[in-house]
Amino acid sequence: MKPPPFAYEVPDTSQEALALLAAHGDEAKVLAGGQSLIPLLNMRMARPALLVDVNRVAELSRPTRREGRLHLGALTRQAFLERSPLVARHWPLLREAARWIAHPQIRARGTVGGSVAHADANAELPTVLAALDAVFVARSLRGERTIGWREFFHGPFETELHDDELLTEIRVPALPPGTGTAFTEFARRRGDFAMAGAAAVVTLDADRTCRHAALAPLGLEPVPLRMPEIEATLTGRVIDERAARDATDALFAYAAPADDIHADAIYRREVTTALIRRALLLAAQRAEGRDE
Amino acid sequence: MNDREITVEVNGEPRSATVPVRMLLSDFLRHILTLTGTHVGCEQGICGACTVQLDGEPVRSCLMLAVQADGRAVRTVEALADPTGTPHPLQKAFHAEHALQCGFCTAGFLMSAEPLLESIDIADEQKVREALSGNICRCTGYQSIVAAVEDAARAIREEDQHSEGKRA
Repeated sequence: MKPPPFAYEVPDTSQEALALLAAHGDEAKVLAGGQSLIPLLNMRMARPALLVDVNRVAELSRPTRREGRLHLGALTRQAFLERSPLVARHWPLLREAARWIAHPQIRARGTVGGSVAHADANAELPTVLAALDAVFVARSLRGERTIGWREFFHGPFETELHDDELLTEIRVPALPPGTGTAFTEFARRRGDFAMAGAAAVVTLDADRTCRHAALAPLGLEPVPLRMPEIEATLTGRVIDERAARDATDALFAYAAPADDIHADAIYRREVTTALIRRALLLAAQRAEGRDE
Repeated sequence: MNDREITVEVNGEPRSATVPVRMLLSDFLRHILTLTGTHVGCEQGICGACTVQLDGEPVRSCLMLAVQADGRAVRTVEALADPTGTPHPLQKAFHAEHALQCGFCTAGFLMSAEPLLESIDIADEQKVREALSGNICRCTGYQSIVAAVEDAARAIREEDQHSEGKRA
């Protein structure tokens, strides 16, 4: 279980990286954290002719907060989301979700951009970024474009990125005052891929009614998913047990999970429903400042 | 050209070699540097037997290419005992608590546990277990490993307090 032969380049700048991707197109694969790509290479499930190692491209690393928005360079390590006081203060949902990603050793190397570009349907970050209405910045020699999360994720392991494009930045809008968030997951063992999960963002008005809700279930469909019809039914309501129950009762008219080797559809539905309710209620409590 | 020259600081010393670009860091450590303390269990990033520290942080050496370690500092289990061979408190604790049987996973556990000793909340066993969740053991059932890590953390902190007391 060793990688097959490949050519290897390690550009120092994004311009160099883009030139390599432009020249080699679909024969090249970007190597960031390597926590998904290198297992694929080791198992010989991927055989790119060229690896473009972007770990030395400094411009991809700098996370900053500008005009209230979080700008995460694609190379931001997942461990940063766990440790950063900036993230803890303003986007605690990212921190909460990051703690569920695999294991500490994986998070030391794995990157936010890599997780997004890899687009595993059971990964935490794509779903959480959908709940946060994140946008993604892709660059190529042809220019730069900003892609909303809905347009970005096409399917399992498939994104909007063209072969000559590099994901450079993930931008997360500011969360307005009165917002609480929650992420929860069920996996058979600590660190396993999620069997089911849910991310919730709730913004409350002064009278405790919901002004905005974002619900993103994990593992229901092979792409990050929001549930706009259900979110709309929560607007104007106080988010209590009854509201959470009403919201999830509508759930499976909406999306039906499939049987697979990890869980059958009924089990997955039951677990996902419970997790969505839990996340919704917890986010609402946190929005009111009533922590668990 | 599929070989590259790299220089990696390993256990405090610069080590240079020309390696195939597809060589994993785990294989570089074991076969080129003959530091066979680091073990290879799965090459998929699941088992943790290959854990080493990169610039102080535990990582899976089977999920890094050796060329990615160029210019970086790597610490392996061989660095734990002091130069005279006196075992590290963690190694002493593993010995005392019978935290190894076949020993295959042990190096990985030691490398994952070492950075935790100063900071982990040893009063909360669940937190200790979570912090070690990236390492799999098939022999011990983990109880003795958790106990060893807690013992070592206590020992390190007592040592720290003791030397602070001396300075004061």
